[in-house]
Amino acid sequence: MSDILEILLNANFWAAALRIATPLIFGVIGALVCERAGVLNLGIEGIFTAGAMAGWMAVWLGTGLWGGVLVAALAGGFFGLIHAILTVPLGLSQHVSGIGVTLFATSLSYFIYRTALPDVSSPPRIEAFKPLDIPGLSDLPFIGPALFQQTPLTFLALAIVAVTAFVLYRTPLGLAIRAVGDNPSAVESQGLSVYALRMGTVIAGSALMALGGAFLTMSAFDAFFFGMVNGRGWICIALTVFASWRPGKALIGALLFGAFDAFQVRLQTEVGSFIPGQVFLMMPYILSIAALILVARKADYPRALLVPYFRGQR
Amino acid sequence: MPALTSRDHGSRHRELQDFAERPAMTKTSPDAAVVLKLDGITKRFGALTANGDVSLSLRKGEILALLGENGAGKTTLMNILFGHYVADEGTVEVLTEDGSLTELDPGSPHAALNAGIGMVHQHFTLAENLTALENILLGTEPLLALKSGRARARERLSDLMTGSGLIVDLDARISTLSVGEKQRVEILKALYRNARVLVLDEPTAVLTPQESDTLFATLKKLAADGLGIIFISHKLDEVIAASHRVAVLRGGRKVADQPTEGCDKRQLAELMVGKTVPESTRDSQVPGAARLILSSVTTGAGRDALHSVDLELLSGEILGIAGVSGNGQGTLAKVISGLLPPSSGTIALDGEVLTSADARRMIDTGIARIPEDRHKDGIVGPMSVAENLAIETIRKPQNQRFGFLRFEAIARRAKDAIVAYDIRCQGDKAPARLLSGGNIQKIVLARTLDASPSVVLAAQPSRGLDVGATSDVHRRLLEARARGAGVILISEDLDELLRLSDRIAVMHRGNLSQPDKTETLDRATLGLRMAGQSKEQAA
Repeated sequence: MSDILEILLNANFWAAALRIATPLIFGVIGALVCERAGVLNLGIEGIFTAGAMAGWMAVWLGTGLWGGVLVAALAGGFFGLIHAILTVPLGLSQHVSGIGVTLFATSLSYFIYRTALPDVSSPPRIEAFKPLDIPGLSDLPFIGPALFQQTPLTFLALAIVAVTAFVLYRTPLGLAIRAVGDNPSAVESQGLSVYALRMGTVIAGSALMALGGAFLTMSAFDAFFFGMVNGRGWICIALTVFASWRPGKALIGALLFGAFDAFQVRLQTEVGSFIPGQVFLMMPYILSIAALILVARKADYPRALLVPYFRGQR
Repeated sequence: MPALTSRDHGSRHRELQDFAERPAMTKTSPDAAVVLKLDGITKRFGALTANGDVSLSLRKGEILALLGENGAGKTTLMNILFGHYVADEGTVEVLTEDGSLTELDPGSPHAALNAGIGMVHQHFTLAENLTALENILLGTEPLLALKSGRARARERLSDLMTGSGLIVDLDARISTLSVGEKQRVEILKALYRNARVLVLDEPTAVLTPQESDTLFATLKKLAADGLGIIFISHKLDEVIAASHRVAVLRGGRKVADQPTEGCDKRQLAELMVGKTVPESTRDSQVPGAARLILSSVTTGAGRDALHSVDLELLSGEILGIAGVSGNGQGTLAKVISGLLPPSSGTIALDGEVLTSADARRMIDTGIARIPEDRHKDGIVGPMSVAENLAIETIRKPQNQRFGFLRFEAIARRAKDAIVAYDIRCQGDKAPARLLSGGNIQKIVLARTLDASPSVVLAAQPSRGLDVGATSDVHRRLLEARARGAGVILISEDLDELLRLSDRIAVMHRGNLSQPDKTETLDRATLGLRMAGQSKEQAA
């Protein structure tokens, strides 16, 4: 018991939880806005990989860190456009298209990486984002190291949660996005374009997902590895349901997952001698499934999620 | 919602009856400005001409009824007007601010809205997860604006609501509103955009008679304030009661366009159908013994639950069940069909207890089911007409031997049924989904009634059917009655119920009233009971 308490009272634990949660925050917000507009984006896993690879390679080629972030977002937007064209005007299965985008984006990223660097055994490293030193806040006891010694991308992720919540609930655009995910006819009968709204939202959401990938190569690590996304995209899809499609709850879900993950690493070092390590690796996923079962049964799905809209058909 | 409290119903209804009895409404002045002009509209879907050279005009302050059978092209015409479809030929012109008629950009709902055309679709176009206010605001503000001007919108809407009498709770989520309230939100959407022309597609299809009366009173008021209104309908009574002018569409063409004053029902019906249609009537017949008995049947949850329903169906009678849809009729039909077991209470047919019987046993015991959604539950769309006809008796020796289907026998009986029931199709091998609604209903009738069932459960059997097919359905139900079967007729169409039923019970929120003899009932009483007033209150 005292071991657990010790972990929870350690500022490093909370800092790690927030760090682990950052890519998930980008991803879950991206997935959430797409689904709010009625489009499930299973391309997320591949878009994470593409964002990770594109951002890192751009920095390596000399665009600078923020240039890399922009390139990652553009790469995400590109794959979002592919998914949007297939699922919105063409009305194809969102599952099939999403999985296709994941396979395509992942393989294309590996292909470009291997083509650009045919002979290296370990990838070249870049100068990654450094933790910000915020005067005053970062020096607070406990709270400073726990919350305010993060890289800029973590703060960007938190800002994006606030901006997304504001746009969705306070602006005419957010109103239209929420309406198009519930009943596209409502949007069309008020003179707005269902296709433009859905495609725009999917592209923007995919750009956000790619930032989650970019965080991995430009903040968490400083290089690109095969398999580094490791299912984070899929976790975001589950977190979206957990969050009932609300940005605030999505943030809480991502932080919870981050905390579980940080906790298991530390618990492993405490009691790892007599329990196999794999048990701890499973923990955040098992807890996610448990949380999903508790929360998602009552989830209020966007009614038009997965339903393609064809003009003139009613 | 002051407009819909039950206390209001009576007085409003009387007012409306006066209004219906007056042959002419306040006339529109013949020189009022034309606000809308459709000229030579033609629209084809493949080989089908949905609209052929239709021209219409609408004046300021005028209520125009667009009358026609299903498939006559009414909705297509209005969808062209609103930009959901693009016409193959013809133009739509609307009155602009400067007082001239300008051609409307085809195929753009956005252009139609900007030109002041508001449309209330038959299936509401509201986002259920948003509030009434949000639905009204949707699309009225620049998308990229950082703020939404709710306070100002609220102010304007409260003026509009008091001016028109269309009162709704602006902060209520649409999913919590009743059908009548949703319709008011739809009309407010149009008024908020300063509509000069309001189009309503079958606006009374989902309303109680009282709600319909309230709606027409509102429309009359809006027209008096200068709005041009088109409402689509196939109900003759409301057309005569509530319009200044009536245009009749038949087979996609306009066959009449005349002032409503001086029209009578028979004349309009003939224009609409193109021929005289025999109206089936019930002859007097003494009902026999009780056949189907439900006692204190309770089941289901939420709005559609049944609360301790008692029902006794006699042999040789038609028992009508009236009610606004969604008050438990669907659940009642499921229980009697064997699709949903009652959680308490008993069901017995001719003395045999069937409380926990499944659908197969119900069919085998002699309950014929005409389901409410005939496309979804009445047929298997991709299967052939012959297969659909045989599907309920597929295990009977006439259809199978040693587990193998007897295709020849099935096809032979299908051909007989196609002739006997006048099923219009390409043949017994045609996929059933290609048939029209009326012909699909004939498949259901042929399949269920051919076995001489002892109970016929008909749920909304004529909903969405045209006059001809409706008359067929009615004739078949009366034949079953004459043969001694008990018929349960669940319907929202009060005229149908009053004409066919021997007794009528009313369903409201899962409670079934005791049936009354039809002779003692009229539309007004039934309407009030459908809205939830008990007999004592209604008296």
